[in-house]
Amino acid sequence: MKKEDLPQDPGALANFTREVCYVKNQDGKYETALSEGWDVKKEALDNAWVDVNERIEEARQGVINGEKSPVYYFMELRLMDIPLLSGYTGFLSFFVKRHFKPSVFKGLSDTKLKKYADAFDITLDELKNFKG
Amino acid sequence: MSYDSQIEEFQHVQTAHCENGVTTALLRHNGLDFMTEPLAFGMGSGLFYIQIPFLTVNNGPAISFRTMPGAIFKRTCKSIGVDVKSKRFGSPESAEEFLNKKISEHVPVGCQVGVFHLTYFPKEYRFHFNAHNIIVYGKEEGRYLLSDPTMEDVTSLSVEELNKVRFAKGTFAPKGHIYYPENVGTVSDEMIRKGIVKGIRRNVRDMLHIPGSFAGVDGIRYTSNNIRKWRDKLGLKKAGLFLGQIVRMQEEIGTGGGGFRFLYGAFLEEAAAYLQDDRLIGISEEFTKSGDMWRAGAIQMAGVYKGRLTEQKSFDEIADRLLEIRSVEKEAFQKLSKLNLGK
Repeated sequence: MKKEDLPQDPGALANFTREVCYVKNQDGKYETALSEGWDVKKEALDNAWVDVNERIEEARQGVINGEKSPVYYFMELRLMDIPLLSGYTGFLSFFVKRHFKPSVFKGLSDTKLKKYADAFDITLDELKNFKG
Repeated sequence: MSYDSQIEEFQHVQTAHCENGVTTALLRHNGLDFMTEPLAFGMGSGLFYIQIPFLTVNNGPAISFRTMPGAIFKRTCKSIGVDVKSKRFGSPESAEEFLNKKISEHVPVGCQVGVFHLTYFPKEYRFHFNAHNIIVYGKEEGRYLLSDPTMEDVTSLSVEELNKVRFAKGTFAPKGHIYYPENVGTVSDEMIRKGIVKGIRRNVRDMLHIPGSFAGVDGIRYTSNNIRKWRDKLGLKKAGLFLGQIVRMQEEIGTGGGGFRFLYGAFLEEAAAYLQDDRLIGISEEFTKSGDMWRAGAIQMAGVYKGRLTEQKSFDEIADRLLEIRSVEKEAFQKLSKLNLGK
C-alpha cells in the first residue's frame, strides 16, 4: 500500500487513537503512518454489531414470552456464549443450559444467582427482576 | 507499605500489533535500541495463516493471520540470547502482589489481558478477546500506569480494573500472565543476523510445511473453498457476517494492514540491510503485493456485507482471489527457502 493511498475514514477508534499502518513511501521504502480508519472494516464492525443487537433483542423477546430466563438474555447482552459463561461462573455448560429455562431459573438459590450477577456485572435484584 | 512509583525512563512505543509493541518497548528499555516492530515480528516468525475447521468465534470463522499469542515475544528474545521470565497465577491477589513487586524494582512488565472489560477501549471494540498485551510501567495514586502499544499515548487503569482484565475467562484466559526479559546482554550484529535467519526459516516452515490443509498457505485455500459454499450454505446475511469477520481479522487495528503482510514486507526490507542481501528486497515486494491483494479482496468482501454483491459469481471471484494470494505467498516463501540464508 502506498502512503498516499492510506485511508483516513473516521470510525469507532475516533477519540481513542489513530492506528499504525505499514506503507510504502515515495522512495519505495516501508515506513509507518497513522490512519484514522477504513470504511471497509468499519462496515464489517458495524455489521457485526447489528447482528449482536438482533441476538440481544431476540433474547429479550424470549424472556417476555416466557421461553428463556434472564440468564440467557444477559449472556447475549454481554456477548458471551455458554463455554465463556461457564468459565466466569464455574457452572458446567450442562447446568448453564438448564438455567436458561425459566422454570429452573426460578428455583435457583441466591448464591448461584449471585455468581451469574457477578459475571454479568449487574446486581442480584437486576437479574432476578428482569422481565424483558 | 506503598508501592507508588513510576519507572521514569520508560518510553512508550506505538506499534501496529500489541505483542510486537510490548516486545520492542521492553527490549529497548533494556538497552537494545536497535529493536523495531518489523524486526520483532520477523525474528518471532509472526506471519501465519490458519482457519480452524468447524470452530466459530464470535459467530464467525476462526481465522488468524499471525502466529500463536505469546510466541513472538518468546522467540524474539530467545533468538538474541535474552532470557524470558513468564508467570501465571492462581489468584488475582498473588498476581497483583507480584506485579507490585516488579514495579517497586523498577521493572516494566508485559501483561496479557482480556479486551471485554478494558474500560479505556471504545465499546465497539470490546469483544471477548483475551490475547491483548500491554505494559505496566508504574503505579500512582492507586492506578496502574499503562503503555498499550496500539495507542498513541499512555493510559491507566484502577487496581480493580487491571485485576479484572488480567483474570478474564474463556479462550486464551490470561490467568494473570506476566512476562518480561531478563539478563539482557549486549547483542552483536552477528547475533541479530542469526536471529533474522532463524526467524525466516521458521516462518518458511510454518507457512509451507505444517501438515494438514488448514494452516499456512494451504489454509488460505481451505478458506477459499469454504467461501465458495457460504452463499448456499449460510445464506447471504450470515455469509456477509463471516466475510466481515475475515476482513476484521485482516485489517483491524493491530495488523498494520493487509493481514500483517505489509509488516512482513517491512521486516524483509530491514533484513536485507542487516544481511546485505538485496534478494530480500525483491521478496519483500511480493509480500507488499500479497498485502495489496488481501486489501482488494476486503473491498470485494465488503460488497457482499453491504448488500451490493449478491450473486454466487462474486463469492467465486473472492475465492479465486484467495487462491491467487496463496500462489503469491507460496512462491515468496519458496524463494525465501531457496536463498539458503546463513549458509
